Amino acid sequence: MSITFAATPRTQPQDLGSRARSRRGRALRRNLTGWGFAAPATALVIGLSIFPAVWALFISRTKWNGISPATGVGWANYGNLVQDPDAAAAAQHTLLLTVLFVPGSILLGMLIAVALNQKIRLIGFYRTCIFVPYVASAAATGILASFVFNPQFGAANETLRRLGLPAQGFLENPGQALLVICLIALWGEVGFCAVVYLAALQDIPQELVEAATVDGASRLRVFLHITLPELRPVTVFTAIWQTITAMQLFDLIWTTTRGGPMNSTQTIVYYIYELAFQTQRLGYGAALAYLLFAVTMLLTLGVLWYSRRTGSEAL
Amino acid sequence: MKRSRLPFSPWHLLLMPLALIFVLPLVQMVLTSFMTTAEINQFPPKVIPAGLHLTGYTQLLRESHILRWFANTVLVSAIAVVSHLVLCSLAGYGFARLKFAGRGLAFLAIVATVMVPIQLLMIPTYLMFAQAGLVDTLAAAFVPWLASAFGIFLMRQFFLGLPVELEEAATLDGCSTLRTFVSVVLPLARPALATLAVFTLLSSWNDLLWPLVAISDDTKFTLQVGLASFQGTRRTEWAQLMAGNVIATLPLIVAFLVAQRRFIATMTFTGLKG
Repeated sequence: MSITFAATPRTQPQDLGSRARSRRGRALRRNLTGWGFAAPATALVIGLSIFPAVWALFISRTKWNGISPATGVGWANYGNLVQDPDAAAAAQHTLLLTVLFVPGSILLGMLIAVALNQKIRLIGFYRTCIFVPYVASAAATGILASFVFNPQFGAANETLRRLGLPAQGFLENPGQALLVICLIALWGEVGFCAVVYLAALQDIPQELVEAATVDGASRLRVFLHITLPELRPVTVFTAIWQTITAMQLFDLIWTTTRGGPMNSTQTIVYYIYELAFQTQRLGYGAALAYLLFAVTMLLTLGVLWYSRRTGSEAL
Repeated sequence: MKRSRLPFSPWHLLLMPLALIFVLPLVQMVLTSFMTTAEINQFPPKVIPAGLHLTGYTQLLRESHILRWFANTVLVSAIAVVSHLVLCSLAGYGFARLKFAGRGLAFLAIVATVMVPIQLLMIPTYLMFAQAGLVDTLAAAFVPWLASAFGIFLMRQFFLGLPVELEEAATLDGCSTLRTFVSVVLPLARPALATLAVFTLLSSWNDLLWPLVAISDDTKFTLQVGLASFQGTRRTEWAQLMAGNVIATLPLIVAFLVAQRRFIATMTFTGLKG
């Protein structure tokens, strides 16, 4: 029916008024239907993110403990952040964690994916084992890790003892705690990277690999010159995703070290939580959150810009 | 060929140790939950318990509100999953198929919310919850999971990939938009809905930050907050802590083992299209 209407040339201009009215009526109905479908979820998502994000900007320009009235201090919070040694230390810890976690999860994820892509026996068993930690919560993982890395009776030190190596302090040693947390985070998150890479590997057209093999390329060369370039868009995505994960790591620190020992695992996110909910410095905490947001945003845009320039768009 | 000397593929040499590293801690968690404190503190440490001691579980039941926390978590996750399925599929369909004023702008705003980090939202969201009287209620745990940008995006992508002819036929037969959606489109969307359900279950069940920020009454805790606070007060009661961990993790692990394919599809979608 609609096809017939569309094909008929408009030959009756005399009825224009009522038609415009009914067209407006139809447009109204269409808008109401559309918004009826979209509005509830849209309102929730925007109301719980864009609205509070804008509000946080106002909070970040005040001095406020959440109870007595806030006093505006302009950009002073941001100025103070630059000179805050705790903020600088937290930034350093976050940076170190990110620099270790992101390449670690990408390399390990890629390696696991390549291995799981082989057609060998037990592959289903391996896959299940490697992906299972991903469903465990960061809180449960943290509690379990505090046990495994317990210096007195944890499995980690027991393994070292059996191997004849000296026992370590792990989470109780300020020099090691952040490193151990990075390892635990890798244990919990690498399954995700592996799944993504595995799916990408299986998307690579088999003809490409076969053609190269027929031409006499070794397996390593095929991997370096065909597989790796095909995986680039996924790598850009995982790099961004894992950077955000590392920079927002909170649950794991909460259930292992709570920022200690001697503040050695205090990351920016943890510091923000402490400022806002333990020392009640809401304005200062919000300013730090905004600073982190700006840095994350710049990093993401930087990676995207770089990947676009080198021709491997991901998004 | 060097490779043929091994009776099995060399990949096993990599995969077997890796698989063990990933799964053994979880095995130890289960085993430890059945040990007595004396067994756990023994030196050198024991791996296999002498018998199935349930003291960890019974003490946990007596000294914490673990059953209450479990029920709270089930309720929070159930509400989150149902609400996600209804609201995100409706919105996803709206953005994929219906034409209405402001559609492009609204969708852009939803996509933009992905960039906003959670730390930025902690403080104002807490204040909003306080204003709305949601602090110290279970609602504080599920309201953030009623709908999500990811869910809307996932459903929209799925509906965009469906052929439009079926819906046109239903409209010609006189079905209203809602009727077409419910009886023609939704039955086709089962795989996407399952993916969305898995995603929501994982996120809401494992969420720590929101309930931690907004709930301090220990009868309103979810499992994650409950365990974290229990750990804070009893750092050395390992049997109880591991028992709590088992209770909090086992439902998801069982779900994963039963529906592994669906879980992996969810992770893949998050990764490739998220």
